[in-house]
Amino acid sequence: MVDDLTAAIDTTALGAGPMVKAEQVWKSFGRLDVLKGIDFQVMPQETYVLLGPSGGGKSTLLRCINHLEKINAGRLWVAGELMGYREKGAVLHEMKARDVSAQRSRIGMVFQRFNLFPHMTAIQNVMEAPIRVQHVPHKQADKEAEDLLRLVGLGEKLDTYPAQLSGGQQQRVAIARALAMHPKLMLFDEPTSALDPELVGEVLDVMKRLAREGMTMIVVTHEIGFAKEVADGVALMDGGVIVEKGPPQEVLVNPREERTKLFLSKVLA
Amino acid sequence: MTTSNQGLSTGAGPPAPVDTRPEAIKAKPVRHWGRWISAVIVIYLVIALLYSFIKSPNVDWATVGNFLFKPLVLRGVVATVELTVVAMVVGAVGGTILAVMRLSDNPVLSTISWVYIWFFRGTPVYVQIILWGNIGVLYQRFYAGLPLTGLSLGSTGSGALVNHLFVVAILALGLNEAAYAAELVRAGIISVDAGQSEAALSLGMAPTLTMRRIVLPQAMRVIIPTMGNETISMLKTTSLLAVLGGGVELFGRLQIVYAQTFQIVPLLVVASMWYLFLTTILTIGQHYLEAYFGRGFGAAEAEAAEKRAERRAARAHG
Repeated sequence: MVDDLTAAIDTTALGAGPMVKAEQVWKSFGRLDVLKGIDFQVMPQETYVLLGPSGGGKSTLLRCINHLEKINAGRLWVAGELMGYREKGAVLHEMKARDVSAQRSRIGMVFQRFNLFPHMTAIQNVMEAPIRVQHVPHKQADKEAEDLLRLVGLGEKLDTYPAQLSGGQQQRVAIARALAMHPKLMLFDEPTSALDPELVGEVLDVMKRLAREGMTMIVVTHEIGFAKEVADGVALMDGGVIVEKGPPQEVLVNPREERTKLFLSKVLA
Repeated sequence: MTTSNQGLSTGAGPPAPVDTRPEAIKAKPVRHWGRWISAVIVIYLVIALLYSFIKSPNVDWATVGNFLFKPLVLRGVVATVELTVVAMVVGAVGGTILAVMRLSDNPVLSTISWVYIWFFRGTPVYVQIILWGNIGVLYQRFYAGLPLTGLSLGSTGSGALVNHLFVVAILALGLNEAAYAAELVRAGIISVDAGQSEAALSLGMAPTLTMRRIVLPQAMRVIIPTMGNETISMLKTTSLLAVLGGGVELFGRLQIVYAQTFQIVPLLVVASMWYLFLTTILTIGQHYLEAYFGRGFGAAEAEAAEKRAERRAARAHG
């Protein structure tokens, strides 16, 4: 029996370099610039929290990291690999869909609206990608999925369809589903924003455990408490730029920028 | 647990806690006199119509009874069912491929699909049936080779194809149905929340795998009811094949008979009875298909999940 959510963390990827590195990342939708030159990096085993008002570009940045969105300019590396492109000499070549999928398979993502597959039970949701993508034998995948669901407190809900689960339970299945692929990086896109207030805690607890066990995580959230407790780095995004970044004790307790002070005063009010 | 009624306070002070469900309201229901009167009128009219039809000297009921289970008719019924099933399989598979092509970002695939749908939806199925039936006039031989170069590995007379009424029927009905099914499948695919694809892609599932495992099964929920409708429509469309002569399916056979015996009305009654019977069967089958593809969305799932959990527990202990 496994009792560690990140039992299979890919330690080979935890080298000296940053897990995520963004250099002057720009992203626009038509005429609207959503990201305007983002620079930041996340070291292995760090938890990095992105804060800021809606429409500030946090979610878009997250989606660029696993190449669900293509960036328009700049460079984005995950574990030292350029996302979605191959650099030969000075020329960038777009990757084939298959190669992009291979890159994504080691980056877990958790969505605001869970996005569980409604036609599959909880355990089928967790087993699907290991079996179909990594070709894990069915029995082994079943065992691992069961262990993961137990670890997020859903040992009794293995064969339940998402529609019969509460929001908090669904989100924990979604986290287990992402962990089943043994990711080296986890992206959380407002994982508690669609939850009833009394269900937020159970999801945050799982995330805190993950952070303590050494998972590298980037979390978009409005939960300042979570950021204070587990974040190694915090960045405040607004208008497509990072307004302020640093350790949580600085950014959240003694912010330098007026914009950060204003945001915190409203969130904490 | 108590009912929620206990929160409704009528007097001063907090209401006494209630542990049992209160007696349900008993009230006289509204009387719908208009419905009763109109129902009586409608029943009266229907009886009058049925009476006039059943007692009509122009409907030879003896002939109807005679033909209803004749081997000639039964073989026609079987052929009609076979044609419907095969044409729908061709249509559904072809339609799904066309829909996925249409939504592909490969411009070659989506254009091919667009042109196909444009052509087969743009011409009447009746015309297409006659066209396929007379394909021999257009092309005397079919060659397997490189077009426009004269290189050929071999050829076959088109008669080999055309003389097979079944093949013509499948081509005409199946290829036409594929065009319609493509639009239904496309609508179904679009109806699936974009978050589903994103979740699958973020797990490293390739786009084709995502379509096959995640999007299409959910699209089925939307597609199945309309496909059931298409199947019922197809069952009746097979009767258009009568235009090719040869008498394979139900209506074609009966038409040949009444062209000689002039028992037109009784044989049309026979045909109608069989078509009604078959569509009724299909309607019932559609209900079960919908239940299957709606899994994960209904209350019946709780029960199924419980059973699976029991089996799992039994396995773990055994």
